[in-house]
Amino acid sequence: MREEIFVSGRNIPNIDPYLNIWHWQIPTYLFLGGLAAGILFFAGLFFIMGKEKQMPATVKWAPFIVPFALVLGLFALFLDLKHKLYFWQLYTTVRFTSPMSWGAWVLMAITPVSFVWAASYLREALPRWDWKLKILKDFEKWVISNRIIFAWAMVILAVILGIYTGILLSAFNARPLWNTSILGPLFLVSGMSTGAAAIILTSKNHEEMRIIGRIDLLLIVIELFFITHMIMGFLAGSEVQLAAAHLFLGGQFTVSFWVFVIILGLLFPALLEILELFGMKVPIVLPAILILLGGFIFRFIMVEAGQITRYLY
Amino acid sequence: MRYAMAIDTKKCVGCSDCVVACQTENNVPIGFCRDWVTETVDGTYPNVTIELRSERCNHCDNAPCVRCCPTGASHFEDGGIVLVTHEKCIGCGACIESCPYEARYSHPDGYVDKCTFCIHRVRKGEDPACVSVCPTHCMYFGDLDDPNSEIVNVLKNRKFKSLAPEAGTSPQIFYLV
Repeated sequence: MREEIFVSGRNIPNIDPYLNIWHWQIPTYLFLGGLAAGILFFAGLFFIMGKEKQMPATVKWAPFIVPFALVLGLFALFLDLKHKLYFWQLYTTVRFTSPMSWGAWVLMAITPVSFVWAASYLREALPRWDWKLKILKDFEKWVISNRIIFAWAMVILAVILGIYTGILLSAFNARPLWNTSILGPLFLVSGMSTGAAAIILTSKNHEEMRIIGRIDLLLIVIELFFITHMIMGFLAGSEVQLAAAHLFLGGQFTVSFWVFVIILGLLFPALLEILELFGMKVPIVLPAILILLGGFIFRFIMVEAGQITRYLY
Repeated sequence: MRYAMAIDTKKCVGCSDCVVACQTENNVPIGFCRDWVTETVDGTYPNVTIELRSERCNHCDNAPCVRCCPTGASHFEDGGIVLVTHEKCIGCGACIESCPYEARYSHPDGYVDKCTFCIHRVRKGEDPACVSVCPTHCMYFGDLDDPNSEIVNVLKNRKFKSLAPEAGTSPQIFYLV
């Protein structure tokens, strides 16, 4: 029998008995960042492929969500800071070894790009919109004729942003549940899947919905594969990793993880999308909403559960 | 120069004087602490062993908190002491998440705080507060690069361990066992 106690009576808020420094702000931001990355990736990709006409929701309308998602996400990140007035210190330096520094700079680049992209389609969405100032009109003209540059920037930055939301967590070797390199690709794929779901929700074109739905189905399969892989990796790992896997395999996060993330967030929407492929009438809104909710809950669980896992000595 | 600490678990009685001395010396806010004492009990009566450890920031050689800090607030000072520059810290919590020893906390003023090895005392040639008050003299503070220092001598002659070396942090607090 082994028992360890603090004889000096340590009980620091949010650290004892187990770490809980990151609350709802971080998973909210990870979700919104992944969502934005997913939408921008598809918008850029299909624009580069010359599908602007066939895929209007993907290229034009869904990207209107992105500036809002990014600003809300950044605001959530700001709320997470405890020394708020010093936030600008992030932008006085570049720390290559710190994923958070990378993320801050990528956001600095992708947020303006997403604003410009959405703004360049604003007059198509609202025909009576007037930019008023000549400089804005000239800028719009320049953007419209050079959209291909923005599309490439979006595709590249979106992949970095999507992977970074996972690497942010996986770089912490002190948290065994996060400390797996598959978390980067897993969060990227999950973010793209939520992005695809958001596109489906904004689309009115049946053919477009079908294409994005198929892509989404593929992403769900890859995501399930990555999650299986992650748990297998933990089960073949050291004691701290076994403890991390146990949180989902009988531990306190078992029900929330399997019911809300795996079944309702991945398997059920996948089944609905397969049924749709075979021509059954399925309200396509349903799987899309489930995927968005599942993605959000997944990040919440990962952030909460990861903070509980720790080294034992 | 490489500052480190050796703590004799056979001499420690768990009085927590080191904790109080630190709180007083460093104006640690009430309810927080930069060092703490743990008691690990192994076995069942009558075959029981107890290990008492005074724990704190390990001032790791490969400090994950310094690596993940997005602003450079967490940094190495001379002698490998890991410090936080309060005016650079944004309070993001990344370093708290990255520490396998849970040695850092969020100060009520917003920045992240932790053991400094009492660098203000060390620079004057004094021992850290915790070391200086220990009634059983179970702690040794010194420079590992100085072959004549007490800490080098004690580490040469005693068995010792560090905490969670498998975390890859190369901790610099050694427990004599």
